[in-house]
Amino acid sequence: MKSKIVLFILAFLVWSLLNWVPDWQHLVVGVFVSIFVAYMTGDLFIQRPYVLRHPLRYWYFITSYIPVFLWECFKANIDVAYRVIHPRLPINPGIVKVKTSLKADTALTFLANSITLTPGTLSVDIDREKGILYVHWIDVKVKDIESATKLIVERFENILKKIFE
Amino acid sequence: MKTLRWFIGLVILAAIVVLIIIRPLPFLFYHGLPYLKFLGRALYIILLSCVLCLYRVWRGPTGADRIVAIDILGIMVVGLCAILTIPTGRSWYIDIGIAWALQSFISTLALSKYLEGRGFDE
Amino acid sequence: MSSVIGIVFIAVGLAFDLFGCIGLVRLPDVYNRLQAATKCVTLGTCSILFGTFLVVGFTSPGIKSLLCIIFLVLTSPVSAHAIARSAHRSGIKLWDGSVVDRYAEDKEGEI
Repeated sequence: MKSKIVLFILAFLVWSLLNWVPDWQHLVVGVFVSIFVAYMTGDLFIQRPYVLRHPLRYWYFITSYIPVFLWECFKANIDVAYRVIHPRLPINPGIVKVKTSLKADTALTFLANSITLTPGTLSVDIDREKGILYVHWIDVKVKDIESATKLIVERFENILKKIFE
Repeated sequence: MKTLRWFIGLVILAAIVVLIIIRPLPFLFYHGLPYLKFLGRALYIILLSCVLCLYRVWRGPTGADRIVAIDILGIMVVGLCAILTIPTGRSWYIDIGIAWALQSFISTLALSKYLEGRGFDE
Repeated sequence: MSSVIGIVFIAVGLAFDLFGCIGLVRLPDVYNRLQAATKCVTLGTCSILFGTFLVVGFTSPGIKSLLCIIFLVLTSPVSAHAIARSAHRSGIKLWDGSVVDRYAEDKEGEI
């Protein structure tokens, strides 16, 4: 039930942003559409609604996750542009295995997205039971699990653990 | 040999970009604001990127290369719609962009399921 | 003033789009192409949309372009992940110069 209410609020927010500057006719239609969407697909949306009640999590998300993510994303683009226009194509690819200690679904999704958009790495597959991610790395520096984990995962894992768990 | 091919490709790309910059524009971009000429050239550069994507669709050795190129093409059309919003002043171009992004995402997921060789109902 | 900053954002985004597409043509196999194309084109298109928002201001297309940035950042890594996983499961090999492939080793052990 709580998950349906959260989805209703989110859908209504997206509807009123899509009809910017909203007047009352748009808002009435939006209430009906959001009730329909929340009734049909509300159970699939969030597993643990009590997490959303902490205000400190939003604060961590804005102040520590977003600046780190944007800076890594920008570095990734400079790195890829350098590799692409270099005449000898300096790549050294391979698939390595890294460990993670996160458990929640949302945290794993955000970790995989962050790995995909940061320099030189792309998440290929995930093993939920053992907590193992398979990562394609465009410039393999180390091959064993521990040092690869230290190089790829750790800068996001601590932040995401504070936010989502 | 490899360096020679790189040099030829660089010369061809630079020639196309210079041609885009010095070419006169259609009259749609000549009224009003001072940055409209830049936006007209920006449209041509995005079309050049789309042509590079279509090369990969044409000569992809495997099916996965073609799916990657189609996905990238879908994201780039969103940028094309966003640039078209500014000189024409019509807000429905960005609506087309949002709808195109969501539809391209769903079709990419369906194509990758098809590539993996399983049914759609998992 | 904000329109000038928006134009600068649009120019940076165009350059990244072009680099991503050159990478799509030059790099040797599916996974490397997927890396270059996904990173460069996602950030390039998000930069173009943010530049559009700065040029048109808080009007209806500006708000819609901000929504479109959120959609793109959430969806394009997921589709890249799906393509990479299904390409590896359908048996497409890595490039010959690749160093290591732990995923194939682990799958051999399971089957």
